[in-house]
Amino acid sequence: MRQFLDFEKPIAELESKLDELRNMSEPEGLNIAEEVGRLSDKVERQLRAIYARLTPWQKAQVARHPERPKAGDYVAGLITDFTPLAGDRAFADDAAVIGGLGRFRGRPVMVLGTEKGADTESRVAHNFGMARPEGYRKARRLLELAGRFQLPVLSFVDTAGAFPGIEAEARGQAEAIARAIEACLDAPVPLIATIIGEGGSGGAIALAAGDRVLMLEHAIYSVISPEGCASILWREAAQAAQAAEALKLTAEDLRRLRLIDQVIAEPLGGANRAPAEAIATVGEAIAAQLEPLLALDGATLKARRREKFLAMGRE
Amino acid sequence: MNWLTEYVRPKIRTLLGRREVPDNLWQQCDACEQMIFHRDLERNLRVCTHCGHHMRPSAAERLEWTLDAGFSRIELPKVPADPLRFRDSKRYTDRLREAREKTQHEDAILVAHGAIEGQKAVVGAMAFDFMGGSMGAAVGEGIIAAAQLAVLQEAPLILYTASGGARMQEGAISLMQMPRSIIASQMVKEARLPFITVLTDPTTGGVTASFAMLGDVQIAEPGAMIGFAGARVIEQTVRETLPEGFQRAEYLLAHGILDMVVSRLEMKATLARLLGLLRGPVQADIIKL
Ligand SMILES: [Zn+2]
Repeated sequence: MRQFLDFEKPIAELESKLDELRNMSEPEGLNIAEEVGRLSDKVERQLRAIYARLTPWQKAQVARHPERPKAGDYVAGLITDFTPLAGDRAFADDAAVIGGLGRFRGRPVMVLGTEKGADTESRVAHNFGMARPEGYRKARRLLELAGRFQLPVLSFVDTAGAFPGIEAEARGQAEAIARAIEACLDAPVPLIATIIGEGGSGGAIALAAGDRVLMLEHAIYSVISPEGCASILWREAAQAAQAAEALKLTAEDLRRLRLIDQVIAEPLGGANRAPAEAIATVGEAIAAQLEPLLALDGATLKARRREKFLAMGRE
Repeated sequence: MNWLTEYVRPKIRTLLGRREVPDNLWQQCDACEQMIFHRDLERNLRVCTHCGHHMRPSAAERLEWTLDAGFSRIELPKVPADPLRFRDSKRYTDRLREAREKTQHEDAILVAHGAIEGQKAVVGAMAFDFMGGSMGAAVGEGIIAAAQLAVLQEAPLILYTASGGARMQEGAISLMQMPRSIIASQMVKEARLPFITVLTDPTTGGVTASFAMLGDVQIAEPGAMIGFAGARVIEQTVRETLPEGFQRAEYLLAHGILDMVVSRLEMKATLARLLGLLRGPVQADIIKL
């Protein structure tokens, strides 16, 4: 059963009618094939109409869609020989951050990602993609390893943010995030970050201070969640839609502000409707962005990355 | 409330008439509720003379208390105003204007260069009274400018933090100040100059999770609230009561996150001593001779 978002209600109704028709045995005097074709066209037209005008708050819903492909799906679809690596060598392995060695189109790479999980069990196991200090320290370790072996780094970001917990604070959540950002900035290898769903604040940029930052069309990237912003500035979480609008958190907004490098188009109706197609498109975009970076040496990459971030927000 | 606030203060007011009493003649300590003579409090660097509670000073006071007389403040780079055209119950541009009128600062950081007990230094101080010390592009540029000045002058960089976190009204631009301020800290370190952070009450969110936690030496004032996530958010997430002293300077020291907790009255002397000790090559030359 496909899950529908609130604003997809007209589509949900049409699609359930379609399902009914498809399961019907041919009744007298009704051409089912014709009716199915007519309804399918209607669904597509509706999807096009709705998705062409998604509000930022609706995009946030799409970005958080439970059926949207997760970091692990991108790794499975784009990376061969994937060999996960675990642990921060100090305290634990944090499953909210996945990472390891693998090949992207034949070339050895380091892969990093924040993983939300796909069902109740795996969501709990991955702590809903909210990392603790151990996760950011693992990321830092893998970034350093990538540097030593000249492996380009591909990161897939999808997180509501760093985990707000007592133990996380006690073990230095802030320091762990700061060091992970520093490790991104220091990497003497190409680093391409892709925001595939939710790019939540410090927990996202910890894996995304890269040479190229790509964003899926319906992904969001923000300093604070719309709900969090609303409860602080509007004193009411219900104003989240207004906050989402004000925060300029869509891929198109961030491209216009020159904070990201590329927006990757999604299949009609969002990546959740055609995961394989979405993952393949992301693969194409990464390959195209990676190619020119491979020619640059570590010092040049680092210097350019620094210039890029220093230029942000300047006129 | 103690008897002094309830009884003595109103009496003084009646005696002198409401308007003639400077509001700041007496000040009450938030921690012990005792009244302190304003002049005594000033002389004691806004540390309560009764209980030692560190009150929040202005950024300008920080600079005065840290640098020797004769320091100069630098003008910080201008940034594009209100890039998001942000508006909640108020326009961001109005909030900025009000904060500027209130504090007489351009934004939430001041930077100066001068000397600390005779040793040259660049010092930045965040202003919590300017929109909660939130870090937007102007604060980021201020930190970058401070770092560049330190490198240019071959001087150490000392940054006092005081911040509620990111400047929400600048959206993802404020998020980008995390890597930008980290780059600033790297410039200073690469020049082999000391980078010292002094975390003051409160330091949270994106400021903590960036340059504040990357000091060569990390100091905090006693009792300062320092953390990444807000206490209320944590409480709501984990549904547990927070431990005693959670996210206070002493808690962070015990958890290995800080080097030391230093009284404001000892801060300048401590910084001076650290700068002397970290001035490695100069000392080595003396020994060689
Ligand atoms: Zn007191």
